[in-house]
Amino acid sequence: MRLGCNWRRFVIDVTRINPPHRRPGVLFCLSALALAALAFSAQAQESPYIITYDHYLEEPGSLEVEYFSAFGTQRGGNDFHSFFAEFEYGATAWWTTELYLDGQTTFNDSTIFTGFRWENRIRPLQREHFINPVLYFEYEHISGADKILKEIEGHDGEADASESNALARKEHKHELEFKLLLSKTFKGWNIAENTLAAKSIAGANPWEFGYAIGASRPLALKASAKRCSFCRENFVAGLEMYGGLGDRHSFGLHDTSHYLAPVVAWNMPSNWTLRLSPGFGLNDNSHAFLLRWGVSREFSGFGATIGRMLGGHKQ
Amino acid sequence: MTLTRTIKITAIFRTALLFILILALSLPVPLISAQKESAAVQKDESVYAELAKAPKKAVARRNPMEHDPEAVAAGGKLFDLHCAECHGETAEGGRKAPSLRAREVQQATPGTLFWILTNGVVRRGMPVWSKLPEPQRWQIVTYLKSLGPAEKPSE
Repeated sequence: MRLGCNWRRFVIDVTRINPPHRRPGVLFCLSALALAALAFSAQAQESPYIITYDHYLEEPGSLEVEYFSAFGTQRGGNDFHSFFAEFEYGATAWWTTELYLDGQTTFNDSTIFTGFRWENRIRPLQREHFINPVLYFEYEHISGADKILKEIEGHDGEADASESNALARKEHKHELEFKLLLSKTFKGWNIAENTLAAKSIAGANPWEFGYAIGASRPLALKASAKRCSFCRENFVAGLEMYGGLGDRHSFGLHDTSHYLAPVVAWNMPSNWTLRLSPGFGLNDNSHAFLLRWGVSREFSGFGATIGRMLGGHKQ
Repeated sequence: MTLTRTIKITAIFRTALLFILILALSLPVPLISAQKESAAVQKDESVYAELAKAPKKAVARRNPMEHDPEAVAAGGKLFDLHCAECHGETAEGGRKAPSLRAREVQQATPGTLFWILTNGVVRRGMPVWSKLPEPQRWQIVTYLKSLGPAEKPSE
């Protein structure tokens, strides 16, 4: 049995349920990642939002690796568990770039890889202002079976997810997505609003629109003097709401889906962040319930470490 | 089916390559000029010029944590978590960021330091830290002021 990080094979393997003999290889790779994680010092100070973006970018040179998971109920079909891995890198203090790899399991159906997304966030203003804008650009190459519901746009609804994986994956989506992220932090409260416009590159689909809004606050504003895992300042709680706004031909709330989701994040001193968000559909077009959770780890100084490995400056 | 999968894998690898390229492009600081930059950051006094840009109202702000007995310890903890990576564990400067024990910083008012912390110096690579609640930013300022100037001049 080979124990190697053959990512190509791993990617192919997740299109089926992993045979038991492959698991040691995957475990080996995950262990290698965990060991690598210990080589970096870091501290996460993450917002609890899962859908909404605030105006804070990744620190320059830091890499954040995240895994997110969503369990969703499905009327008229099988419930599903969707997931994505996210690699977020702070290229500069004003530019963050991210790569997502998406997949999903539909119960009583199959587990499939559903595509990837590449997004960029750019901060046009140098300083803090009353409202802080960030520009967001995304290219996505996903199949119709993608169910991560990272954003709701146009007339997206529960019925879209009821097809079998075999059928849904035949549809390919090449899409450009633009967002204007507005955010403000005041007296510990963060308020964020995102407006979304998406356009399919292939086909003649109209522009689609969506929104996400969120508010959050740490449970304590002052830091305690000692390092602690369960101090109140390590927890951030909030609420987010997101949904579609129709398309260019039928803008508005008609035939759209909307969700309300409490969110909580636990920033651990061990440099990990856990997020949890039960989401509730607000109308008949929405999934009745979405349970999202995620775990992330920030690798501070990732860029500098890689630079040193490649022969740069050694401190 | 196999063809579709191959196309998908190719697309993933193309994107991964693009992502790696972006990483590589953003690496020139540590990779090419880290040594020069390290020395430059330490000696380039213009990095402290940002302090002079703080508005008068911000400069005059008083530190509400000044007399909090726990503020120095809490600020030290926050400094270790968020600042030491760039400014060094002893705040005497690192590869990417200048010494915070330089005369310019230590003589600046708490309000000035709070303003810099809140707004960052995005052009020079320091992110905004307004995501830390105000009391935590003041705790960091209290800690920085408690350090005093470095014993040896940084030149």
